[in-house]
Amino acid sequence: MSTAETRACRPADYRSDVKPVWCPGCGDHHILLSFTRAFAELGQPPEQIAVFSGIGCSSRIPAYTNCYGFHGVHGRSLALAAGLKVTRPDLTVVVASGDGDGYSIGGNHFLHACRRNLDLTYVVMDNRVYGMTKGQPSPTTEPDFDTALSPGGTGVSPFHPLVIALASGANFVARAFSGDLNGTTGILVDAIRHPGFSFVEILSPCVTFRPDEKEWKGKVHQAPVQATDDPGRAARRLMTDDGFNVGVLYRGSRRPYRPEFGHAGVDVGELEKEFAL
Amino acid sequence: MRETPSVSVAIVGSGGAGALTTGNLLLEAAGTAGWHGFLTRSVGPQIRGGEAAALIRLSTRPVECPADCFDLLIAVDWLNVDRFHGEIPLGPASLVIGDAADVPAGITASGARVVAMPIKDMAKALPDGRPNMIALGIAAGLLGLRREVLATLLGKRLADKGRAAIDASTAAIKAGFDAAATLELAVRLPDPEPDAASRWLISGNEATGLGAVRGGIRFAAAYPITPATEILEWLAPNLAKVGGVLMQAEDELASINMIIGASYGGTPSLTATSGPGLSLMMEALGLATAAEIPIVVVDVMRAGPSTGIPTKSEQADLNLAVYGFHGDAPHLVLAPQSVADCLFTTQWAVFLAEALQAPAIVLSDQFIGQARAAISRPADVAFIGRRLAATGLGETYRRYALGGSGVSPMAVPGTRGAQYTADGLTHNEQGLPSGSAADHGGQLDKRRDKLERFSYGDRWASLEGDGDLAVVTWGSLTGAVREALDRARADGVAARLIAPRLLSPVQPERFAAALRGVSRLLVVEQTHGGQFHRYLRAHYELPGDVRAFHRPGPLPIRPGEIHREILEWRS
Repeated sequence: MSTAETRACRPADYRSDVKPVWCPGCGDHHILLSFTRAFAELGQPPEQIAVFSGIGCSSRIPAYTNCYGFHGVHGRSLALAAGLKVTRPDLTVVVASGDGDGYSIGGNHFLHACRRNLDLTYVVMDNRVYGMTKGQPSPTTEPDFDTALSPGGTGVSPFHPLVIALASGANFVARAFSGDLNGTTGILVDAIRHPGFSFVEILSPCVTFRPDEKEWKGKVHQAPVQATDDPGRAARRLMTDDGFNVGVLYRGSRRPYRPEFGHAGVDVGELEKEFAL
Repeated sequence: MRETPSVSVAIVGSGGAGALTTGNLLLEAAGTAGWHGFLTRSVGPQIRGGEAAALIRLSTRPVECPADCFDLLIAVDWLNVDRFHGEIPLGPASLVIGDAADVPAGITASGARVVAMPIKDMAKALPDGRPNMIALGIAAGLLGLRREVLATLLGKRLADKGRAAIDASTAAIKAGFDAAATLELAVRLPDPEPDAASRWLISGNEATGLGAVRGGIRFAAAYPITPATEILEWLAPNLAKVGGVLMQAEDELASINMIIGASYGGTPSLTATSGPGLSLMMEALGLATAAEIPIVVVDVMRAGPSTGIPTKSEQADLNLAVYGFHGDAPHLVLAPQSVADCLFTTQWAVFLAEALQAPAIVLSDQFIGQARAAISRPADVAFIGRRLAATGLGETYRRYALGGSGVSPMAVPGTRGAQYTADGLTHNEQGLPSGSAADHGGQLDKRRDKLERFSYGDRWASLEGDGDLAVVTWGSLTGAVREALDRARADGVAARLIAPRLLSPVQPERFAAALRGVSRLLVVEQTHGGQFHRYLRAHYELPGDVRAFHRPGPLPIRPGEIHREILEWRS
């Protein structure tokens, strides 16, 4: 925190006056609330937080907060945020994405962000559909989900993001449900506090293109066991869970990636010496 | 033996034979002696075991292009030398030295004087003798370099290899010197001219790195690609020395986005790539334009399209750099004109990007990027990137406020009361998404005006000479055109050079002023399709007769070809 004074932080201090574009009933409204509550609980002033995103319904979230934000191009939010975090380790950096933005077009960056293990929090708001473009299948969509783009379903198995995060080196893996405000807020606080790359998948129903997801409320349940620090055990649990297990599932202890930055030892004028004959 | 302003030497050999080491040592020795020099290397695509040639030109004056013809060729061995045939023009005045057996037909056909010398056997006769060190001795002897200069150099370069290695190399070099004493080169380089500036040995890619750091770059994202990697490899340790950092990215999509994110955070940022990487970066370059984030992207151009010839030069990314963005996206494009100018142009690009909060593309190329040159230390310039910063905590912060110069204060995260969301969506002055015609038009105008209203000064182009004939060129071809014009002047042809360093935004008034009195215009560029010629026609009024001379890579365009074009036009 760069400011010496301590300010009382309320969730409303983290909310801008911009009205969200999301449909009424969309899970993302709740996630925005969880964001502001988590930030207030952390007590970090809004100017010390950066919320970065890509493209899609989820990615509209930065402007709805009162923090510094970046609404970038499709799929590249993690790379954008990596550049910020490595040069500004003083900031709290939260990256918001969706299942299309994060797992499809941005899939490669997901692997490498987990592996790089910068101290930032990656929140994927998963509704298993492309909402902004009106209902196409995403990497987490069920194979038999019938759409105009994939008549009769894609026939392709869904992606398993939590297992992939673990395998790629994420230092914290959790699942949350947008409808559970307190649970989501708690997981976000935990994720932001945990050093290294924290991955939080938030199940967020799309009431417009996936009305069946309204039933998620009855399907989600607390993870029956405590978070483990053993990635092998966490992977086995995740491979066999029903996808509705919420809670912190893995809490690792890898050292975050943090190259030295800002400790100038040499004058720029010295650099030319190697070229002198 | 006649005195000439420059002498060109080719050292060839199979990969691993040490031809490139020999060339580098020869250049360094000549630079230490006070000459100017220029070395390009030609290698096959193989990592090892291919063929290699060091092509060196030495002069009493700055050297920025290849000569028309080589005066001396020394073959450490003849393996695969035929592959370089087109790159090493020889003539009857050239001297060729190598083993008697296997002299390639292409070499003998040139009419060059071939002197058989059993370089390998000479090396074998010495303990740990290496043929490439014999070749170094022959070349140095024929050029009139003093043996003490080489001895000092070997002491420095082989210090970590121990006394025995230095002694073996010294003995081999002496054997080469002794052999050279029996020969004579047709040309002789005059003694070096006194120079107040000290001498540097530097590659274009290294100069680009140094210019970046001098301009204020403190973050670089890196994805390796030939022929740009050396910029990133130079920056990695040197950024760390001055409190910056380089991070390797998973691909070019990541590297461009990383530098945008870092720059948003207040750190001047750069990446370097080549054509394929620049293609991948175009979308995010548009984001930097729309969100007004200063960044610098260096494109060290290679022959394309697609993978093309990664180790050979071309100027054919011009269209991509100038026109590759979707939407109307004003941005900066600059091109260095020599190895030394890579330093200035990159430093200036950082300054302009930061001052104008816009992306800058620097179009270097393989020819100057990977060339190593002995140059006079370039003069210091005062261009250091400075951004207009927001102070925060006043009235509602409008990140993209209209009016004035078009440059609006940019808040650094952490500034209280100036939080905003940077956005690729069309936005209003506050930065909030908007689909209104007024906001769209207003912000498009803003981003155009800030670039057009800025005063770029005299550095926008190299303008030299006068006369009714103008040769217009850009980038690394500037040196070859300059030399061709010098020769034309000696022939009594008055002609001028126009080489824009700033390619975008275009400078119609300055260009018109440069063309005043011109009735004939020769456009010279290294592309297949004449991209620069079309660019000039699109943006500038070209007076009188216009001719275009353009050719793709991989062979360099030599000054003699341009000189011939000029002379033919006269007659």
